[in-house]
Amino acid sequence: MAATQEEIVAGLADIVNEIAGIPVEDVQLDKSFTDDLDVDSLSMVEVVVAAEERFDVKIPDEDVKNLKTVGDATDYILKHQG
Amino acid sequence: MSPTNRTVVVTGIGATTPLGGDAASTWEGLIAGRSGVRPLEQEWAAEQAVRIAAPVAVEPTEVIPRPQARRLDRSAQFALIAAQEAWKDAGFEAKAGEDASVDPDRLGAVIASGIGGVTTLLDQYDVLKEKGVRRVSPHTVPMLMPNSPSANVGLAVGARAGVHTPVSACASGAEAIGYAIEMIRTGRADVVVAGGTEAAIHPLPIAAFGNMMAMSKNNDDPQGASRPYDAARDGFVLGEGAGVIVLESAEHAAARGARVYAEAVGQGISADAHDIVQPEPEGRGISQALTNLLERTDLDPAEIVHVNAHATSTPAGDIAELKALRKVFGDEADHMAVSATKSMTGHLLGGAGGVESVATVLALYHRIAPPTINVENLDPEAEANADVVRGEARKLPVEGRIAALNDSFGFGGHNVVLAFRSV
Repeated sequence: MAATQEEIVAGLADIVNEIAGIPVEDVQLDKSFTDDLDVDSLSMVEVVVAAEERFDVKIPDEDVKNLKTVGDATDYILKHQG
Repeated sequence: MSPTNRTVVVTGIGATTPLGGDAASTWEGLIAGRSGVRPLEQEWAAEQAVRIAAPVAVEPTEVIPRPQARRLDRSAQFALIAAQEAWKDAGFEAKAGEDASVDPDRLGAVIASGIGGVTTLLDQYDVLKEKGVRRVSPHTVPMLMPNSPSANVGLAVGARAGVHTPVSACASGAEAIGYAIEMIRTGRADVVVAGGTEAAIHPLPIAAFGNMMAMSKNNDDPQGASRPYDAARDGFVLGEGAGVIVLESAEHAAARGARVYAEAVGQGISADAHDIVQPEPEGRGISQALTNLLERTDLDPAEIVHVNAHATSTPAGDIAELKALRKVFGDEADHMAVSATKSMTGHLLGGAGGVESVATVLALYHRIAPPTINVENLDPEAEANADVVRGEARKLPVEGRIAALNDSFGFGGHNVVLAFRSV
């Protein structure tokens, strides 16, 4: 069954917490990965790979640059999840 | 002094070793004659011929926050812990620039390892094979590159005068400190954070060193396995950790009122050109390094009261070094208390020169030489050539200027001798 928006945000919060040490409650739709959540370009690759596994979705490298905020990533996963 | 021959001093020390998570606990363990060697309990150890090692006393992940630790190879974690301790110990309160007492453009970092990020390389290869290309960490390259510990320490303290990584196997840490002394002596920098680190307790390095017949297989007596100068020594015990010192020009240290542990007098360097792994049996290359040290500095052999020997507990290497000391110093070698601290820490490879420089500096500062433990039957060739400090720590002369040497030699025939002197 496909994940809901709420489930996706919670999953991304777990992933960002693991990778960047940011508290899960700080991971909100409007937060920028790089500016707000301490996720640099290398760590973003880790976030993407972890999200791909968790939500059974493929995120090609050329799409990663468009995922600026948690909301961008959530929308992308909602639209493309398997 | 001319700007190209400045006096260099040690103003900070830091370490994380098999004996303790900082320099103070490491020193306490050394003076108490404690062994850091343990049986290897990991599942992979069961099939190894060598099933003992000296792991760090404090896991680095207990000290470094997880998000930072997961993007650092274990060797860089050790280096960072030791460097941050040394930096604070030197009296700096923040990174260069933010702490106005040091200019980032005049600050360097030189941290070496013998093998580099070997556990990252091997672990990520396991990930590649087991989970596929996509799962290989994007942090792999900056984690495994041999300059990673130096670069990460440089970032942490804000070093812009140059960040370097000399590699010479088990002489790497000492070569790093020698390089740092030269950076300051010749005017390239005022302050340099320097030392060595190693994290190679992993089945592949242990199998490889074991198959070279270089390591002790005394699995039944872990704490007695590292026994330099003992007649029954059968190879080194692999240790891990880091030792880092802050070196500074004497003028810079005086201007900011820093505590000075010792003067870093200089280095002597040579290469054997004899064999890729076997030491030259008469210690000819080592003699050359010692001679270079005496020619290039104002060190007086009469002042040398202590030698922190390379002495890894291998049959040939331990004796070659003592023969060289006797050959170069003659009767003066009689007043040099020789300590093999690897009897307690194991052999930290590229980390050894760092940790042993910390030990050498503290020996001068506290005027006490750590013991060599596990010497039950002193090798007659050791007895004939040197005064080995056995069993218990020994007091050094309480008055007057005293000096000490720290020897480090590496596979490839690299010989580095560092000299420190009381102030």
